[in-house]
Amino acid sequence: METLHFKFGAGERPLTGAAQMVGVVGSGNLEVLIEAAPLGGACEIDVHTAAVGFGAIWGAVMEDFHARWRLADARISINDNGATPAVVSLRLDQAVESLLGPATGGTP
Amino acid sequence: MSSYLELTARQRIPAMFDAGSFEEFLPPSKRIASPHLAQLDAPVSYDDGVVVGRGLLGGHIVFGAAQEGAFMGGAVGEVHGAKLVGMLRRAIDEGAHAVLLLLESGGVRLHEANAGLIAVSEVMRAMLDVRAAGIPVVAVVGGANGCFGGMGIAARCANTVIMSEEGRLAMSGPEVIETANGVEEFDSRDRALVWRTTGGKHRYLLGDCQLLVADDTAAFRAAALEAIAALGAGAVGLTLEGLLAEQAMLARRLHDAEGVSEPMEIWRRLGVPDPARVPMLEADAFLTLAAQHRAGLPSDAAHTGEQ
Repeated sequence: METLHFKFGAGERPLTGAAQMVGVVGSGNLEVLIEAAPLGGACEIDVHTAAVGFGAIWGAVMEDFHARWRLADARISINDNGATPAVVSLRLDQAVESLLGPATGGTP
Repeated sequence: MSSYLELTARQRIPAMFDAGSFEEFLPPSKRIASPHLAQLDAPVSYDDGVVVGRGLLGGHIVFGAAQEGAFMGGAVGEVHGAKLVGMLRRAIDEGAHAVLLLLESGGVRLHEANAGLIAVSEVMRAMLDVRAAGIPVVAVVGGANGCFGGMGIAARCANTVIMSEEGRLAMSGPEVIETANGVEEFDSRDRALVWRTTGGKHRYLLGDCQLLVADDTAAFRAAALEAIAALGAGAVGLTLEGLLAEQAMLARRLHDAEGVSEPMEIWRRLGVPDPARVPMLEADAFLTLAAQHRAGLPSDAAHTGEQ
């Protein structure tokens, strides 16, 4: 297992509502827990992944995610069992949409 | 129609309970994950593969759980089992109208060894305690992973088992039998054979499952409501009389299956006229056919009592 931590500042979209979880820690899949948290406007993402050594790819996926949503005061926790980058991106969007509704701004 | 089989545990809960009524105990945000998997450097889940809580079903307070088959095959670890047991005990404390268990599990999570074994036995005992308190317990088996091992036994500790044809219920799973006894004994890759020996239709014909429905969330919900309403009228606790009748039914079944290795032959002995047709029938047509030939029903006191 490998644990990765990402933090993005200068978010614009604060989260509200109860924590939500989407996805399942099945083979090639992941669960994403998303919660509102007082982080001074930041979005923090913790990743626990079974696939060791893919930190750079996770970093790229997370930067794309932050560019799409620019979340503020958001904590995201991921348990991953070898999901591909595309699946990770879809799950992250699903998680955000479970709290905020479908995307209105940004370009996917 | 909306498939029950295709849903995750978290999607099944709102499909079965009254809209917006379910309150989860120990939700994922509490991060109560398996300490054993972490020690083994294996992925964990923040719900340890099971959703437990309390909601409304047909307006009544019903406690419930849904196992997630995609996380470690729905297998029961220490935390997973403790969540089930805690929910069952609370159902007694709060005088629940019923308990609804959406089961999908390979049984004990072998990574957790004795802790998992003890957890499953505690689940069984808690289910019987719930029944002893006069609260009906209904188990639903309709997920892709079926219900096997200790959870297969636990399912049969419920008053009523609801299945779809696609659901499977047994003790040892197909791969376990093949590994232990050889491919000549059981070919786990023969899917038709696997479903003939463990699938919902076989279980219904043998009397292990009391309600069979098509793989449809609305049909499962309607069956759960029907089962709980029927059970509400009678005694739901385990009785010596019920156990003896069950034992007699099992002895008769063993006798009836003497020397038979093919489920279709057992169906033929039950009087099903053209057993080869059974796997091809839709749920309604199958139920019409099965009505006259099911083992255990209606002559079997244990099962009529459970209905």
